[in-house]
Amino acid sequence: MADKAYTYAVARIRAKEINLLSDSDIEQLMACKNIESCMNFLHEKGWGNGTKEETIDEMLQTQSDNAWKEMDDLVPDKKVFSIFYINKEYHNLKTAIKQVCSEDETENAYYRGMKFSPEELKGFIEKKEFEVFDKKMATAAREATEALLHTQDGQLCDIIIDKACLESIYAAGEESHSEFIENYANDYVSVANIRMAVRCAKTGKSKEFMERTLVNCKGVDVNTLIGASTSVEEICNYLESTSYSDAIEYIKDSSSAFERWCDNRIMETLQKQKYNPFSEGPILAYVLARENEIKTVRIILTCKLNNLSEEFIRERVRKMYV
Amino acid sequence: MGIFYGVLGAALATLLAGIGSALGVAIAGQAAAGVVTEDPSKFSKVLILQLLPGTQGIYGLLVAFISLNKLGILSGAPVELSTTEGLVILGACLPIAIVGLISAIYQGKTAVASIGIVAKKPEQFGKSLLFPAMVETYAILALLISILSIVSFPL
Repeated sequence: MADKAYTYAVARIRAKEINLLSDSDIEQLMACKNIESCMNFLHEKGWGNGTKEETIDEMLQTQSDNAWKEMDDLVPDKKVFSIFYINKEYHNLKTAIKQVCSEDETENAYYRGMKFSPEELKGFIEKKEFEVFDKKMATAAREATEALLHTQDGQLCDIIIDKACLESIYAAGEESHSEFIENYANDYVSVANIRMAVRCAKTGKSKEFMERTLVNCKGVDVNTLIGASTSVEEICNYLESTSYSDAIEYIKDSSSAFERWCDNRIMETLQKQKYNPFSEGPILAYVLARENEIKTVRIILTCKLNNLSEEFIRERVRKMYV
Repeated sequence: MGIFYGVLGAALATLLAGIGSALGVAIAGQAAAGVVTEDPSKFSKVLILQLLPGTQGIYGLLVAFISLNKLGILSGAPVELSTTEGLVILGACLPIAIVGLISAIYQGKTAVASIGIVAKKPEQFGKSLLFPAMVETYAILALLISILSIVSFPL
């Protein structure tokens, strides 16, 4: 019966999906000659507040805020979305730790609307009040702060927080009792593991380093992946035997093609929800689709601003949900 | 005792088929409301889809009427019935009672999926109507057997 609680919301989502940008809309956006015509095209599609003075960042921010506002209307129970907040909470934590340790004051490095405001986060870290976070986050925050203070090694701080973040996402998936969230979490962590292994292999990182970054999951066997990380070829050989074998051609192609595959792979998991009339799956997939759309538009607009070639843009454009 | 079983049959036909239809129409109604929130112009289309699971309740009512009529309750002169005869009427009511209950719930779910089609591709309304209508077939078959059994049984 729990599935049926979302019938109304899913039907609304179905009606909203018409307004998402399709692959052909993205083609049209790419074909726009300059940034003004791109902005006009997006305004026609109902993006931003419609005024000419609006900057790109403002428009994308409005679009993202609107997406979350709509979700608040549709699903009063925010717990459903908690898995999507995890990486943002950890991102804010990481930024706050770095700012406290380096006394930097950059304002717009944080995600808005999270559990703690940037000032609160910085306050907790300065006073070392880590117990306000949940257990995993508290341990990671303590370790990362100490590591950064003692070694001044930003990367060490990053890997501690990132690993805890992935572990939290995976655990949230396991505890969700929702097949969709579980698969999403598994894909998210597996793809992150593969991405990390490929980068480590390219930069010749040690096995110990990899052990501190990769997270156990069902999708890929972490120990085999670490063993295979002596070269990119070895990783590809291992991936052949997993369900992520389609990554191989992109890994061999280029870094940006591979990054695009990582996002597209998650999108493929989401797309199954287009044909599911019940449960929270289609709602969550829609939110991610909106975020993916904003990310892709940001990539295209940035490339257009910098007069980069169409080929260059095409290599970075993500697959759309509809 | 016979008349009790007879009336029980009529009651079950109305009850179970009615419950099924109420659940089916309710879930399809939620989806219909979702679509109308976003696009009120689709109201008439989604309303038709919402009403499809409502027919089982009507079939149940029809079978109950025929049974009560056969039992002479409607005319105020109940027929003298043996236990076996009463059980026959009860048994005759079961197809529409049970199939009505289950098919209406599932038809409701199919209607929800079809409302999703209307939300995204309103021009495919005709096709979207067919999917839940297929479920109706089995309710009609059950109705047929219930009516045939009651009408042809000599009292």
